[in-house]
Amino acid sequence: MKIGRVSGNVVSTINHPFFDGQRLMICDLINPDGEAAGYTIAVDTVGAGVGETVLINDEGNSARQIFGLATGPIRAVIVGIVDSVDME
Amino acid sequence: MQLGLVKGTVVATVKSEGLAGVKFLIVQPLDKYREPIGSPVVAADGVYMAGPGELVYFVSSREAAEALDPRFVPVDHAIVGIVDQVSVDRESGTI
Repeated sequence: MKIGRVSGNVVSTINHPFFDGQRLMICDLINPDGEAAGYTIAVDTVGAGVGETVLINDEGNSARQIFGLATGPIRAVIVGIVDSVDME
Repeated sequence: MQLGLVKGTVVATVKSEGLAGVKFLIVQPLDKYREPIGSPVVAADGVYMAGPGELVYFVSSREAAEALDPRFVPVDHAIVGIVDQVSVDRESGTI
């Protein structure tokens, strides 16, 4: 799992059937100190909005389990909204 | 998934089993501001409608193999959507 910050969204009409009706969010991947390290486009399952820090599941099998599918071209899924991160 | 810009097409007559009828496109990966990052890749067209000049999003590795029908064919990038619109909040962006 990774920590990210939602910075935008992608709208698409022509897509793989899996993505019909899904919310696609552009998320900056950040380390626990808040520094960015690339981005990913993730499917939103929790109603995250722009500017929110989120928990991103970035593994294909667990992503397919979330949607109850055996197959599907999905990997990055927003699975939580982060309230706080504490570091030693 | 990443954003990409389709730059061209690739035609291959002799292909691995399972790739018959699959269209291959050259895709330049983009950052969220649509600036090029890294080198172009060859991606299979999982929506069967993408073409040069279009902004798309694509998946890589095993997810790419899941995007085509029949599934699990030997590809490592696949286009799974054509982008209509990208909204990015530059204020909240950290890149």
